[in-house]
Amino acid sequence: MLAAAGPLEPAARSFLSPTGVEIVFLLVGVAVLGAALLTVTTRQLVHAALWLVVALGGLAVEFLLLTAEFIAWVQVLIYLGSVVVLVLFGLMLTKAPIGRSPDADSGNRWAALAVGLAAAATLVTLVVDAFRTSWIDLGAGAGSTRATGEYLFRHWVLPFEALSVLLLAALVGAIVLSRRDGENKPKPRPGKLRAGKPVGTTRER
Amino acid sequence: MSFLEMLLRCVAVLVVFLVFPLVIGQTEHKVMAHMQGRLGPMYAGGFHGWAQLVADGVKFVQKEDIVPAEADRRVFQLAPAVALLPYLVVLLAIPVGPGGFVGQAIDAGIFFVLAVMGIGVLGSLMAGWASANKFSLLGGLRTAAQLMAYELPMLLAAASVAMAAGTLSLPGILEQFEWWWVPWQIVGAFVFFVAGLAELQRPPFDMPVADSEIIFGAYTEYTGIRFAFFLLSEYAGILVISALTTVLFLGGWHGPLPDQLGWLWTVLKTFALALVVIWLRVTFPRLREDQLMRFAWTTLIPLALAQLALTGIVKVAIA
Repeated sequence: MLAAAGPLEPAARSFLSPTGVEIVFLLVGVAVLGAALLTVTTRQLVHAALWLVVALGGLAVEFLLLTAEFIAWVQVLIYLGSVVVLVLFGLMLTKAPIGRSPDADSGNRWAALAVGLAAAATLVTLVVDAFRTSWIDLGAGAGSTRATGEYLFRHWVLPFEALSVLLLAALVGAIVLSRRDGENKPKPRPGKLRAGKPVGTTRER
Repeated sequence: MSFLEMLLRCVAVLVVFLVFPLVIGQTEHKVMAHMQGRLGPMYAGGFHGWAQLVADGVKFVQKEDIVPAEADRRVFQLAPAVALLPYLVVLLAIPVGPGGFVGQAIDAGIFFVLAVMGIGVLGSLMAGWASANKFSLLGGLRTAAQLMAYELPMLLAAASVAMAAGTLSLPGILEQFEWWWVPWQIVGAFVFFVAGLAELQRPPFDMPVADSEIIFGAYTEYTGIRFAFFLLSEYAGILVISALTTVLFLGGWHGPLPDQLGWLWTVLKTFALALVVIWLRVTFPRLREDQLMRFAWTTLIPLALAQLALTGIVKVAIA
């Protein structure tokens, strides 16, 4: 995928003369970080899900700024349109209360913070170390749908197919699991008014 | 494209967004009044009650803007905007005429349009939950379930057209268009249009807002201008769905007129479809919730899959 985004050049530009796109990228990044922090710190369950919407939408904007159009729309379609909606759906089915939920607090928060910081530190170190002196030229069309499609279906078609088999297996598994649950349940007894016999077999004769 | 041109295009789309849904609303008033023999909407302003929509607007603005005491204020107030804005953004990508007569040409147009339209459901969910009203919550949940169910046939039908044209770009699809695509993709067109109707929660798919059972569902607690915004998003949705069906399945600007007048065809076809939407509202009884879901999963999705298979076969046969 990297090759699709243009050649990796040594840094001819300085980090201290940012272009407009870079400034916007950083600002949106700050907004995403803020929304993400609010997602995990707010005491109101549904608000957390809604802040997650803001954070994921901001990420889609970041993808757009990196000219990865297709990935941005996938982000919007899958994460904003489906995953968050399902999360909200679940929350509302459990009658998430309006206002603070006292039990929304986790005792593991310091452990979670440590794990999060460690993961972030690892990723940042890795990325900075790998791309320290390289500069990806984000020309128009470098991350377009066409380029993405060509790379996906020419060079990465085998992993792609393997992934779809995995997803299919998960789907079939989910169906099988839910069916088995259904069989073990006792069947509801027919009510008195709705006897199993067809209407008109006893009374009228 | 210079910055000024981009700005001009955005303003043009905004104007269309502000005018066309109102035209559709006015048409609905009149068509419904005639079809159902309603007298009310035929009086205001004289000739065929042309001022009824203006009167409605004044009424909505005058009403007090109430937020229930137990509601989640911020979310409650934000919900109408979340429901309305996606349609504005979608309008940007719909091509009207040939030669770049489009708000902003987007490479993966179909994908963009369907992705952004999926966000509108958040508005209804937010409204339903934040109202702190059990009917609203019920309506919000029904909305979400319905939109999730009908998103799939819609995507599949659109994918069939994208497969036929070999591109995801909306202007690109129209450039490839031939007249025999209409009979070829007719099943897909049906699936797309019906699923679009369901996404808009228009009758006969208006179970989530059923005004006589769960008293307007997610919008029970809304008054005045915010309620008007939800109604406006419905009419903007009619515009978007009709325009998308026109572009994807009816050949958009293609028709027996020179290319300069191509935009006229798009507009005409869009309004003809909008009229069908209104007609369906007036004449069809409401579906029950279980019928609604069964229709999506057992009728529309198999039809869409069959259309995909047919498209693939014809495509291979031609190539």
